[in-house]
Formats: sequence, C-alpha cells, structure tokens
Amino acid sequence: MIIQHYLKDVKKGNVSVKKTVKSILKEAKTLNKKYNCFNVISEDLALSLAEIQEKNPKGRLSGLPISVKDCICVKNVESRAGSEILKDYKPPFNATVIQKLIDEGAIIIGKTSQDEFGFGSFATNTNNIPKNPLDTERATGGSSGGSACFTQLTKNPHVSIAESTGGSIANPASFCGVSGLTPTYGLVSRYGLIDYANSLDKIGIMSKKVEELSPILDIIKGYDKKDSTSLNVKVKQDNKIKKIAIIKEAFEIDPAIKDAVLSNLKDYDVVSLPSVKKYAIPTYYIIAMAEASTNLAKYCGLRYGATLPLKGNFNSFFSEVRSKHFSKEAKRRIILGTFTRMAGFREAYYLKAMKVRTLLINEYKKAFKKYDILISPTMPIIAPNDILISPTMPIIAPKFSEIEKLSPLENYQMDILTVGPNLTGLPHLSVPTGAIGKMPVGTMLISNHLQENKLIEFGKQIEKI
Amino acid sequence: MKVDKELIKRVAENSRLNLTEYEINEFLPQLKEVLENFELIQKAPTKDLEPSFQPLEIKNITREDKIEKTLSQEDALKNTKHKQNGYFKGPKAI
Repeated sequence: MIIQHYLKDVKKGNVSVKKTVKSILKEAKTLNKKYNCFNVISEDLALSLAEIQEKNPKGRLSGLPISVKDCICVKNVESRAGSEILKDYKPPFNATVIQKLIDEGAIIIGKTSQDEFGFGSFATNTNNIPKNPLDTERATGGSSGGSACFTQLTKNPHVSIAESTGGSIANPASFCGVSGLTPTYGLVSRYGLIDYANSLDKIGIMSKKVEELSPILDIIKGYDKKDSTSLNVKVKQDNKIKKIAIIKEAFEIDPAIKDAVLSNLKDYDVVSLPSVKKYAIPTYYIIAMAEASTNLAKYCGLRYGATLPLKGNFNSFFSEVRSKHFSKEAKRRIILGTFTRMAGFREAYYLKAMKVRTLLINEYKKAFKKYDILISPTMPIIAPNDILISPTMPIIAPKFSEIEKLSPLENYQMDILTVGPNLTGLPHLSVPTGAIGKMPVGTMLISNHLQENKLIEFGKQIEKI
Repeated sequence: MKVDKELIKRVAENSRLNLTEYEINEFLPQLKEVLENFELIQKAPTKDLEPSFQPLEIKNITREDKIEKTLSQEDALKNTKHKQNGYFKGPKAI
C-alpha cells in the first residue's frame, strides 16, 4: 500500500495508527536481527507519537512511520552518525526536518545504520553493518545503507529520511532496489544534521515507490532561518519534460548494467560530460575531506559523546580521545583533509578544487541548455534539456568479501557516477528499473537545480518494482 | 611533493591524532595513492574561473541581534560526564 492510501485511511478512521506503529516496530526489531538496518529503534518515542495521532489525527502525515538516518538529530534519541565518538549522544533538540515531520503527524520509529559520518560507499565503515535485503552476503551500499535496507524490506507504510554528501542516497537506493531522491543543495534545511561536508551535504528521502516522495518533499523543503545555507526561493511548478539525454561517459561500463538501464528508455539523445568524468572524483574528495577534517575538529570528548578520564593537558587529552574513538577511515580522511588545507598546499588542492567545481557546474549547465540546440534543429525555440540519465552505480551490490580487497582509492572511485551531481548541488533521483539476477540496478535521473518535480514525474514513468 | 612518514606524523599532530607505527605504515602507501589521484585536477582548465565555495550562489543570512530562546544550561550539559558547578570541566590548560 502506498503511503497516500494509508494516509487517507488514517484520515477516514479506517486504520488504527497505534496498530500500524506497533506492527512496524515489531517488524523492525525482527528484521534488525538479521539485517542490522537500525542503530536505535525509538520505541518509546514512536508509541507516544502514535498515541497522540490515534486520539487526535492531525497533519498531512498523520500516523506515518518514518525512519531517520542516524546522522540527523532526534531529540532525546541517541544520534551518533554511525560513529563511536558520538556514543550515547542524545540531542536536546530536533533537526528542523524532524520537527517539521512531527508537526505534520509523522511517527519517528528509529535511527538507521550508516557509514561513520557518511564516510563510505558500502555502509561497512561502522560497527553495525547493514546487509543487503536481497542477498545478505552483499552490501547495502552507503552511506545511507540502513535506510535503503529497511525501506526495501518493510511491509508497512513507511518512508526514510536519508542524507547524501557524494551519493549516499542514490547509491544504496540503487543497490537495494528502492527510490532515492537527493534534492537541490539548500532546498531542505540541514539544521540538526551531524555534518560531513558543509558545501555538499543534502537531506533527502527514500521510498518504495517514486510517487511517495512528493508529499514528504513538500513538507521538508523550504527556507529555514536556522540554516545559513538554506535557499529562500520559490520553486516553479513545472513537470513538463521536453528532452532527455543519456550521459555518454556514464555508459562506458558493464554491458549488463547498460542494458538494464537503456532498455527502459526511448527517445533519448547522448550528451558528453568529459570534465565530470575526468575531474569529479578528485575534486569531490578534496572538498569533502577538507570540510570533514574541520567538522570533525569539534569531537574532543569534552561536551558530548565518548570520552576518557580527564588527564594531561588540552592537546594530549583531545588527541587521546580522538585517536581512541575515531575509526581508521575517519582518521584517513582527517589526515588527507588537513593536508589539503595546510599552508603551502591549500592553493594547489583546496582552492583549485573549488575552481574545478565551477568548471563542472558550467559543464552541466551547458548540457541543460546547449544540448537541445545540437539535436533539435527543427524546433523554433531552444528547449531546455530537462533530464540527464545514467546508471546510479557502475556495478551491482558487491559481496562483503569483495569490498575487503578494495584499497581506499578503489573505494572512493565507486562514487564515479554520483559525485558529479552532488558536487554541483543538482537534484537527482535513483529509480529501480531492472535487475541482474536478483540484484537491482538503478537508473539515475539528474535535472537542473530546483526541478525535483520533473525527476519525480519521469521517475514514475520508468520505475519497475 | 614527497609523502613520507614524517609528513604523515606532522599532519596527524596538526589534526590532534596520535597514530601508531602500524597505522602510519598502513596509511603511507594508501595516502600516496590517493594524493596522486588528487594531482589530476592540476590539469583542469580553470583560468579565469572563480572558485565555487558552494554549489549554488548563497546569500549571507543574518539575524537580528536580539535575545532568543536557547538551550538551557541543564540541556547543554546533559551529554557530558565532565562538568562541575554548572560548567564544562576540561583538562589542564597550563
């Protein structure tokens, strides 16, 4: 049952919110034993919210169960972003998205598992590793792996709130066979997000069906004075799709994946994004690691999270806490990020990467305009190129035994198809459109900034579940 | 640029991380490989391009300088073991 039908039934009094919430909590506990999709199941909060909605259904999402990626703060529920260094941290406030959802009657059921601070492509850089719902020997993808896993498995009405920095929504959505929407940078407030990289982080949504994304996006988007990077713009409601193009370089991959994506499409042309292919990975990782290394400076065992007995001076105490509680991948990224910001290297790495980002934004923008000029010589006007298409991931979900053999650089290169839109803040949607054996293949749709409606509209046409 | 153990130790110290000898030996070839990949951007044609510190143009948002409701002292301190008389308690500064 899609969430719209469930929400109507709640409004009419045809279903019991309490029964639904009890059912999904029981299901979550059972599934969690096998799949590790939750770090915390917030039973007390869910039941108390259900009680309120049962008595007095109120809001556009009255009674809808929602899971939340661990890095998004939920008041008085442990929120540790998959990290040991934030163990036992219970935020004294709700993130703006959580408050908006609760105000509309949603029920927060728990915090989903993820790579530590989002540092990974397979949700394996953490102590609670989610397993792929279609084959437990394989990864869910990352970093929002728990969200994708539970969204695929649940039989109850549900959506998940996830987060993407370089592909952390599209990637696990593709591997687990669900829909994953990453909105335009700044469209959804990030107040209360435990940040990875400020110029890249976006909060988004995962659902079973594409059409379930719209009512959630309508609620969580919008200007927030608490987030200094929040966009204060009106989004033009335009669902008309005139032209679509596939990204040439993104199809230079496994022919089976190429076929699984292309077999669903018709009337498309081909556009080339050579700079995105050449430079997106190093540019993304330089920016992401530089920003991560400054964000992680605040974890020192003093105000919240894991700590040690007070001893020694400031520097030795902080260093002890950080060395003990950060994982290997976090340390690697802190070292690389600090290096690219150090005197003597900053210009060559960090500032250069920011300029390359401009180059890539220009290349995408050109594709969204110029491509139609090339392929539509008979048209009297220049139509914008509405949607660019590529597979979401170059591979199907790998086995854990295969991931162990990858070097850090090989891990980072798995994000080749998703870092482009993330780096440039473009909205993108991964839609399940095929499978190789039982493992799903996602198609990624990218539109110009603030055109999420077009993605959802086109996604509905091509999804296959 | 030479990436060696000394450089890793210096960067780790700046980052307030104590790396073990095992970690340094493990990280050295990995960081070399990643930094070599980072070098690729040096070839990108960025002459006359301004840096994009954000993917979209974002205007500064300032708020009025007036008192607003904020976290209570109790809430601010509830996640730490290191507190005394309503304050955070830290390690020795001197």
